[in-house]
Amino acid sequence: MSMQRSFRHPGLNLIDTPDKHLAKNETLIFGFWVFLMSDLIIFGLMFAVYITTIDAQAGGPGPKQLFDFTSLAIQTLLLLTSSLTVGMASLALKYNPTSGKLVMWLLVTLGLGFGFLTFEMRDFIDIAAKGGVPTRSGYLSAFYGLVLLHGLHVALGCLWLIVILVQIRVFGLINVVTMRVVRFALFWHFLDLIWIGIFSIVFFGGWTFG
Amino acid sequence: MDNKTEYQRDLQSYLIGFALSLALTGFAFWIMLGTTLSSGKTMTIIGVLAIVQLIVQMRFFLHIDRSKQKREDLDLILFSTLVLLIIVFGTVWIMGNLSTRMHMAI
Repeated sequence: MSMQRSFRHPGLNLIDTPDKHLAKNETLIFGFWVFLMSDLIIFGLMFAVYITTIDAQAGGPGPKQLFDFTSLAIQTLLLLTSSLTVGMASLALKYNPTSGKLVMWLLVTLGLGFGFLTFEMRDFIDIAAKGGVPTRSGYLSAFYGLVLLHGLHVALGCLWLIVILVQIRVFGLINVVTMRVVRFALFWHFLDLIWIGIFSIVFFGGWTFG
Repeated sequence: MDNKTEYQRDLQSYLIGFALSLALTGFAFWIMLGTTLSSGKTMTIIGVLAIVQLIVQMRFFLHIDRSKQKREDLDLILFSTLVLLIIVFGTVWIMGNLSTRMHMAI
């Protein structure tokens, strides 16, 4: 292959597709990855705050009173599966963009995202009902801050996905829209990476040491 | 034909990544809920499982590997990880130390 292949970005690269016009956006996607890595630092700070406040429960309800591991398992499964389905959407985009598969997998991803948010909201309503409100203790402030920062990312991701679906419908798969799908896939995989940290450190670590 | 095999390779990558992530997550939940190990052992195993799963997802979902052409994104990830480790371990170290010296450890 004669094409210059020295520069690639994380995620499924479109450089090998028959549609060569898709291949020229490598730096654009790489720039988005730079943004995600700075987002990672923000999450890192929130994790650090959470770990340092694990004992700062001020006599309020702690992990053992508040956490629901069944719901946590369901959320983890929904988010992990959605990471696979967004991968399937990336594959459809790369190999078979004109079939309905791309839109179908994006819709499945959106559904799983909403499912995740539903369980997360249900959990937080439950936690608040047990007296676990963010103003109760430093620990709970950190817990709400970190987990809901991730939840906010998922919610905004869902909104972004809806906008992309409308754009696919209205404009078709023009280059700009295609690049948005690629960036969205990166964003969504990234959120699942963060979630690994959340269930391991926030929930399991909180339960063990809190 | 060439296109077909590449498709299958890409598809396989996602499916392997999903299966491994599922297994690692299941194992972490089992260690947490199904065993009665000490706190230290439990969290060490869960920490290792989390790091392995992070690498699995980066390898199979984000296709970041050690091949020559992907150096730049790996460099960026490694640098971000370095900054992250300094921030997290630095904070935990300093705040933990402060907490001990002020006799606030509970």
